[in-house]
Amino acid sequence: MKARLLMAALAAVLIALPWMAGNYVLSVATLALYFAFTGQAWNVMMGFAGQLSLGHSLYVGLGAYAAAALFTKFGIGPWAGIWLAMALCVAAGAAIGLLAFRFGISGVYFALLTIAFAEFTRIGFDHIGWLGGPGGLFLKVEQRTSIDLADLRGTPAMFYYVMLAFTAGAFALCAWLLRSRAGYYWQAIREDEDAARALGINTFRWKLLAVAISAAMTSFAGVFFAFYYNNLFPEQIFHISQSIEIILGPIVGGVGSLFGPILGAALLTALADSLNNMVSAMGWDIPGVKQVFYGVILLLVVMFLPNGIWPPLAKRLGLERKA
Amino acid sequence: MALLEVRSVSKSFRGLRAVTRASFEVPEGGLTALIGPNGAGKTTIFNMAAGVYAPDAGEIVFAGRRIDRLRPDQVCAAGVGRTFQVVKPFAGLSVLDNVIVGALRAERHVPQARRVALGILEKLDLLAKKDLPASSLTLPDRKRLEVARALATGPRLLLLDEVMAGLRPTECDQMVEVFRALNRGGLTILLIEHVMRAVMALARQVVVLHHGEVIAQGAPQEVVRHPAVLECYLGEETEL
Amino acid sequence: MSATLVANVVISGLLTGLVYGLMALGLSVIFGVVRVVNFAHGEMMTVAMYAAVLLFGAFRLDPILAALPVAVLFFAVGYALQAGLINPFITRPEHSQFILLVAVATILSNVTLMAFGPDAHSVQTDYQLDSWALGQIIVDKARVFAALSALATTAGLFAFFRFSRIGTAIRACADNHLGARIVGLNVKHLYALTFGLGAACVAVAGCMMTLLVEVSPSLGPSYTLLGFVIVIVGGLGSMPGALLGGVLIGVSEALAGLFIDPSAKSMISFALLIVVLLFRPQGLLGSRT
Repeated sequence: MKARLLMAALAAVLIALPWMAGNYVLSVATLALYFAFTGQAWNVMMGFAGQLSLGHSLYVGLGAYAAAALFTKFGIGPWAGIWLAMALCVAAGAAIGLLAFRFGISGVYFALLTIAFAEFTRIGFDHIGWLGGPGGLFLKVEQRTSIDLADLRGTPAMFYYVMLAFTAGAFALCAWLLRSRAGYYWQAIREDEDAARALGINTFRWKLLAVAISAAMTSFAGVFFAFYYNNLFPEQIFHISQSIEIILGPIVGGVGSLFGPILGAALLTALADSLNNMVSAMGWDIPGVKQVFYGVILLLVVMFLPNGIWPPLAKRLGLERKA
Repeated sequence: MALLEVRSVSKSFRGLRAVTRASFEVPEGGLTALIGPNGAGKTTIFNMAAGVYAPDAGEIVFAGRRIDRLRPDQVCAAGVGRTFQVVKPFAGLSVLDNVIVGALRAERHVPQARRVALGILEKLDLLAKKDLPASSLTLPDRKRLEVARALATGPRLLLLDEVMAGLRPTECDQMVEVFRALNRGGLTILLIEHVMRAVMALARQVVVLHHGEVIAQGAPQEVVRHPAVLECYLGEETEL
Repeated sequence: MSATLVANVVISGLLTGLVYGLMALGLSVIFGVVRVVNFAHGEMMTVAMYAAVLLFGAFRLDPILAALPVAVLFFAVGYALQAGLINPFITRPEHSQFILLVAVATILSNVTLMAFGPDAHSVQTDYQLDSWALGQIIVDKARVFAALSALATTAGLFAFFRFSRIGTAIRACADNHLGARIVGLNVKHLYALTFGLGAACVAVAGCMMTLLVEVSPSLGPSYTLLGFVIVIVGGLGSMPGALLGGVLIGVSEALAGLFIDPSAKSMISFALLIVVLLFRPQGLLGSRT
């Protein structure tokens, strides 16, 4: 009961935000939601199925470029483009999963494999002249006063609501998955793959499914990215730092839980933003100061809150229940 | 009618012969014990039956169908459940959730699986602990959980690997009762055991393995008097 | 495309590869023994490079000579890092360990950014632009010195692990953590020693590297990845493997730069990593555990 009240309150605040806050706060909130969403998507692979992916930027990039290319070259809108984006990402994820699981790659080696694929793609896209190469691919930026939802051109508020809808959808999907047969099977695989097999679980197929779903979800983030920022550079979107940013939210918030990624993303975005402001206010505008603070805080969280912030917080709030 | 037939099965690991032309049968509704000194090849035979390795030679037939080259999950789907010598609970899940994972093999939907799981937990006297994390259980309870989970998959044959190890005599007797009841209900059981108390109380047929070969099989009373068995357990008689 | 040009490029790649090999050796030793993914490895390399640049700027100390004090410093810091920060994380799940080292890497790379700014720095020794000519083949002096120093350090490390008691103890730890503790080895201390040694390798490699390239704060991640590619290709737990892997990567990068495109160099490395991970995860010289 308590949980539902809190969720309702949170939902109310989130929905009402554009009326209460200005464009700057809205942009920070949109960013927080973006990382909550991608963190949730990543969590399906890691928190549910136990596969550590450090190359999720691959799916963001593929999704972004797919939708952006369709829009700039063929005039096809993002809501149609998303199908290509999803297909590409699922194919990429399936390829990685198939190769890795067929050959029994797991743990650190699997993580390195995901990094290798992302890096390979990053350099590869630098050489695709048709998509702009290293110089980037650009979408025409139009006046942000009218809303064109079909082509995702519009006000900050529109983008905020789109991202909010995505995040809410991801949350609902993950909640449903966790309680379903898939959720049980993934957790079993995560806990002990041999025991899972002995109980009739085709672990290869289920791991592949987790990868595919995670990739498909992340493709949405890519499409959003393309239409929100209007510029894509391989160096930036496929970069390993993107992959790292994606996983920070869930790890700080709590891997495997439903609220963990959201809480982690919200906290980290707020932290990064306030650090930015604090550093400028103090006149310490030396590049790198903010990141050092960020790194130290990350260090402290991972040292003293090994399961992330959400589990102890949930306990405090009396919201103790499975995820 | 034999439910499980192990036909002349052999397995080597990097030149070391673990099992050599072992053959035996487990009748439907039977309760068979596989005994023998450590290193005799008992768990290897189990692992071959469960699909963990394929035999180098020979076949394993279950309900008339060859299962010796199937994956472990396919073997389970065919109707063979197994426990592990060193128990492998899903530590991060509750006792009930552990068994639900097993039950989902037969019941596609979580609510039905949950009902099946609760029933099995009751049979194994774990119902009171259903919401505890599996990691908090004592060893005897972990063993029960292991059995419950395998049972939940709805097997026709249950492979139990040294389930009594580490249990006190009273706990052992309780487990024996559980297995007797399950067997009466139609479950075929093949168990590896060192604890003779359990073997003699449960088994209607005993198969003795030594150095990877079957050296005796039959009713328990006959087998324990068999000269080859006495020799392998107690050594040869020496003239003083 | 003459044979001479190719030969020059191959030799240059080989020499650079030996320095890569030393860097990777540090990683292999750490990963092989402590089993922690040192995601800060590249950043450590970068800091070492900056240290060499600093010493050169202040005292005109040749990086090859600077390698010694920098290595000692890195050994101490590496030991402290492992003993103080990383040891409690050995038993934690991989993603926790990973984030710990990412945090360390972030701090390191941004402290260097704060201290030195985003522009590139380099050393300019007297022999920087000299070369020797062996018939048609031209070899850069600086590259040869760097490679020889790397080789010497590697040999020293081999000898240490092979012949000293502590080295043997460390190898025992790597083989069997529990067994090592049972026979009374102070595993925590040995882990810290190992990390210190790995850090010292990186220190020497970094100093050598300043003779070959410029340093900037953003080099970290690419060196980390390079280190992992080499270690996996060469074989985890194999010291000769790290060296062989380094040379292989050095040469293939050089050839890729010549025949395809300088920016495609790393693509070859990643493709190689993927292939090795899939078909021979123990690497060329590693052994399947």
